[in-house]
Amino acid sequence: MYGWIWRHLPGPLGLRLLLATTLVLGAVALLFTVVFPWTEHGLPFLNVTVNQ
Amino acid sequence: MARLLVRSLGELLITAGVVLLLFCAYQLVWTNVEAHREQNQVTDSIREQWKRPAPRVGAATSTPVVSPPDLGRGFAFLHVPRLGRKYSAPVVQGVSLPDLARGVGHYPRSAMPGKIGNFAVAGHRATHGEPFAHLDRVRKGDVVVVETRNAWFTYVVDSIRIVAPTDTWVVDAVPGKKGVKPSRRLLTLTTCNPRWASTQRLIVFGHLQQQQPRSQGQPAVLAAGG
Repeated sequence: MYGWIWRHLPGPLGLRLLLATTLVLGAVALLFTVVFPWTEHGLPFLNVTVNQ
Repeated sequence: MARLLVRSLGELLITAGVVLLLFCAYQLVWTNVEAHREQNQVTDSIREQWKRPAPRVGAATSTPVVSPPDLGRGFAFLHVPRLGRKYSAPVVQGVSLPDLARGVGHYPRSAMPGKIGNFAVAGHRATHGEPFAHLDRVRKGDVVVVETRNAWFTYVVDSIRIVAPTDTWVVDAVPGKKGVKPSRRLLTLTTCNPRWASTQRLIVFGHLQQQQPRSQGQPAVLAAGG
């Protein structure tokens, strides 16, 4: 998968490194802003109130 | 073909591991960074709000509006000297997860600070700013000071209890006596217990000992640094 992506990145090595870094950072940003906040609702230590 | 499959599976597993590590970093570090930023914003907005004159009901009366604040809105500060000399957490209306990420949350149906009934507040004990991370250090006789636009309310801790998550009686107007008309001014703080689990709730009960208008400055218990 990663090899496939690497082979399909255009341009010289420098540009490819830049693109790859951007992809990684973008994936991390997506995880932190969308995926993780959405999945954390089931975590036990976030339940601090009393309810039925 | 088989090699490609195995290699892809390996990459997927490594990716899953990295994502799990990132999730830990998110929970343990990032949620606190975000919550502290939000709490600072709430703190600033409350102080800013208090600088302006209180909203009045009509022009003829001088009574400040007493309707409860909107959900998610900060309206007070909680000071707990036992948790630190400078410990101060903004109190936000509501106990949903977004509310609790902005400070400690006021159970919307419980009394307002200093009023007859029970002023009940929940706070995170782990991650998301964790204002109640060390609530277990609070002891009987400690003070909890609530700062509002008009006054300082000093509550004294009566007891610390560990209860089941379904024990909603702890936030009743008179804890444990549902439907009874309250006559005292009480305080309840709730958080999870043990710290990283949700099998129980840690509860701090208190009652109002003293109150003074803002014009008199902060109570001696805070001025002395706890």
